[in-house]
Amino acid sequence: MKETPDVLQGTLALMVLKTLDVLGPQHGWGIARRIEQISGDILALNQGTLYPLLLKLEQEGAIESEWGASENNRRARFYRLTRAGRKLLEAETRDWEQTAAIIARFFEVKAEDLS
Amino acid sequence: MRFLRRWWTRIGNFSTGQQDDQRLREEMEQHIALQTAENLRAGMSAVEARRQAMLKFGGVGTVREDYHAEQSLPFFENLVQDSRYAIRMLAKAPGFSGIAILTMALGIGATTAIFSLVDATLLHPLPYPHPEELVRVEDDLPGAGATDAGISIPEWKDLQRSGIFQYVVLEIFGSANLTGASQPSRMQYEGVSPGYFAMLGVKPQLGHTFDPQDQTPGFTLDVVISDGLWKRAFGSDPHIVGRSLRGDNDLYRVIGVMPPGFRDPGRTVDERNTEQWAADGFLGDPRRDQNRSLRLPLETVGRLKPGLTLAAAQSQLDALVASLRKQFPDDYPADSRWTVRLVPLKENLVGNVRQSLILLLGAVALVLLIGCVNVANLLLARASARSREMAVRQALGAARKRLVRQLLTESLLLSLLGGVAGLVILFCMKGFLLRLIPESLPRLNDLSINWTAMLFALAASIAAGVIFGLAPARQAGRVDLAHTLRVEGRGSKGSTEQTRTRRVLVVTEFALSLVLMVAAGLLLRSFWDLYKAPLGFNPQHVMSVQSWLPSPNDPKTDIYGTAAQESVFARELLRRSRLLPGVREAALGSEPSIPLQHDGNPSQLIVEGRRAQSKQPPLVERSDVTPEYFHLLEIALLRGRLFNDGDNENAPLVAVINQAMAETYWRGEDPLGKRLMVGRGRVGVGLRARKTWITIVGVIADARTESLANASVPQLYLSLYQDTPKELAIFLRGDLNASAIPEEVRAMVQSVNPELPVYGAKTLDDAVSASLEQRRFSMDIVAAFATTALLLAALGIYGVISYIVSERTRDIGIRLALGAQRGKIMGMVLRQGLGLAMAGAALGLVGSVIVSHLMAGLLYGVSPTDLLTFAGVTLVLTAVALAACYIPARRAMRVDPLVALRYE
Repeated sequence: MKETPDVLQGTLALMVLKTLDVLGPQHGWGIARRIEQISGDILALNQGTLYPLLLKLEQEGAIESEWGASENNRRARFYRLTRAGRKLLEAETRDWEQTAAIIARFFEVKAEDLS
Repeated sequence: MRFLRRWWTRIGNFSTGQQDDQRLREEMEQHIALQTAENLRAGMSAVEARRQAMLKFGGVGTVREDYHAEQSLPFFENLVQDSRYAIRMLAKAPGFSGIAILTMALGIGATTAIFSLVDATLLHPLPYPHPEELVRVEDDLPGAGATDAGISIPEWKDLQRSGIFQYVVLEIFGSANLTGASQPSRMQYEGVSPGYFAMLGVKPQLGHTFDPQDQTPGFTLDVVISDGLWKRAFGSDPHIVGRSLRGDNDLYRVIGVMPPGFRDPGRTVDERNTEQWAADGFLGDPRRDQNRSLRLPLETVGRLKPGLTLAAAQSQLDALVASLRKQFPDDYPADSRWTVRLVPLKENLVGNVRQSLILLLGAVALVLLIGCVNVANLLLARASARSREMAVRQALGAARKRLVRQLLTESLLLSLLGGVAGLVILFCMKGFLLRLIPESLPRLNDLSINWTAMLFALAASIAAGVIFGLAPARQAGRVDLAHTLRVEGRGSKGSTEQTRTRRVLVVTEFALSLVLMVAAGLLLRSFWDLYKAPLGFNPQHVMSVQSWLPSPNDPKTDIYGTAAQESVFARELLRRSRLLPGVREAALGSEPSIPLQHDGNPSQLIVEGRRAQSKQPPLVERSDVTPEYFHLLEIALLRGRLFNDGDNENAPLVAVINQAMAETYWRGEDPLGKRLMVGRGRVGVGLRARKTWITIVGVIADARTESLANASVPQLYLSLYQDTPKELAIFLRGDLNASAIPEEVRAMVQSVNPELPVYGAKTLDDAVSASLEQRRFSMDIVAAFATTALLLAALGIYGVISYIVSERTRDIGIRLALGAQRGKIMGMVLRQGLGLAMAGAALGLVGSVIVSHLMAGLLYGVSPTDLLTFAGVTLVLTAVALAACYIPARRAMRVDPLVALRYE
């Protein structure tokens, strides 16, 4: 299994929130699957680590969960973004974009730009 | 917000013990099922599909642990778990737990008790708002050899105008006869300038107090009374305000009652027990004479302007003094070197006892420390018994950190239980302990075990638990797994390192006990020296009883105003005193003539032919006595004669002085026939200075009537029939019934004048021991602590030597089998114990020298490095150590080589 890059690990919560935002209510496996798909299978996470994170987000009130039926007709826990979660996602997104923009500028900069 | 919410949920989960394990399990199963299905679709075999799904999911154990940690509060969960386990472990070894808890209870209880005392006296001595602003103002005249020489009224006005103080208040203490209540009684009163209560910042519980605006030139007849007097003399009458009371025949009106617990921050017990406050403007009669150089023995207390530091205030004051000295050179002669000192009121109150109290606190801290060391020792012994358990747990995967935590939890639990037990014992013994504290210990607060003390006990328990838990916990963290598990069946054997730790602990214990014992020994010797010092008078079979002739504000109503009037009364009192049952001798004196009860209010002395030196005369202790006084107290006459009945109001004035006074003022001369004049001491009684020369007719031997620690305080005696002291003492010698005398004397005095109070009856033996009570208090406590420490140290060394012997049983068996003599074996063990004791003693001696120099101020007649004490204590300690080692040594000697060798 590939080493999970640290930065990506730290932003797992953001990925979970965004996944739920785009795809609507999902169960744990669904979220894990989507994250892998979207990241182009670069990010092969230990899927199990998702569950403590989901619990943390739920306890923070960003998501909520309930039992429902999955595609194979078994009981599965579905997670849904709450209003607070949506706000959180927006804030985190802004933060992330800001950070990314700053980093991008550092990469673009050339020696003559600074003289 | 988010953060808070998460924690709330977690705390909620933790406290309800709710653990939703079922949900995670279901989710995981479902997850793996879905992944397996996906893998099957990708063409894997059924077995491989499930295997890959599991792999992708990762470690189920870790996930569950993380999930669980997220759900609840693992730290507290472990704590609860550890505590449960700890309680089970402690309950399983009740003997060990009992001893450990008791040791800690003793240590923490005693420490908390002493801390409460220190808190009430040293840390928060002044129960007033902003106590740091309160100062006492003391005038010194180093040129005249006088400190705190009193203040003159113009100087007081200067202070008020100086801008340094919010309030400057003059105080005059006295006692007055309270009449009108069921029994005439003595009451301690204080005349204060009207700003007094505003300065202290305390409001009355009933009525009102004086305001600074109430300033009038002289006395007002409004008084504020204490809660105690209100309850005692007026039965807590709710309508007391406006009622009148009679003090020394003057009628006063009560305008307010102070709350319980309000006390004057005075210097003496009497001053602190003031029960009535009257406003005095200090500008009218009897203090009309406003001469700058007329120093009145008044107390001056002030409250500094807010934000002004003591140093800044002092430097402003120095500037003021310098300019006044320039302005009034006649009143402040250069050779008297007048200065004014600001002393923080707190310092003034507790400065004298700080050293004793710190000594007690230090002593009790040492006992606690020794207790900790002992418990640490016990724990180590147990740790070696449990080393197998620890090794097994570690082998099964317990993290070292976790094991250390568990052991620390155990020791913390022990010390907390000890702390609780200590507090319980303290509460039960509170009444008894409070009685041990001498009344003369300056404190304004009622002693109680308050929240501060509880908090202190908690902190002490935790600190103690960590201290004594650290060593065993460290050991446990370093268990050599392979080794411990291999030596199966010998799990009880500790490592050599452990033995070394235990030796170090015992050495520490001995060193600490030696320090304590040296301190106790030095205090004991000081006390003994004081106790055995020849008094110079005989207190046995003597009682003194006090009375007070009223001195009304209007001299014309004073029926004892002149020496002639008073001596008639005095002679009648003496005549009737001799008729009391058991009385063989009787004498009268003024209050300062009562041995060891001097009020420290000396009179100004003018010696004939020496007045050129300074305008500021020296001060001398002075009392008035009848001729019988010296014989009654068996004070020896050295030269000249004593008083006789002829030294009355019609005869020339005469004086008797003691050897110390002769040495001080007439060194190398014959004092007989020399003449002197004295100023009046007490202000409340009148300020007339004697303008007549008094001739010295006799010199008596020095006696420790002023202070037990100092025999040579200059003393001046005048004939009572030639003076008019108001505060009288009746001395009786004979086979007295100490419990009946107060009533008999009361009846006798009141048969002469029913308005007079009778109080303060006591035997002189009691007075002597009372003046030793503070010393005895600290000595007793330090001695008790030292004994405890010695016992604990003996237990400690016994434990270690026993342990060493049991560990070496095999070794000893081999030696015996090879022909070693039993006596030699015993010697070997004893030598080990002795070595430990010696190492401890050497360390302790170094510590003792430091400590004994720190406490030099508490010693009397013994040097801080007193060889006898040091040698004696070391010997005692060594003997105790040998005795404690003797039992295990005998056991070693009796080892049966056969048994010992088979034992393996």
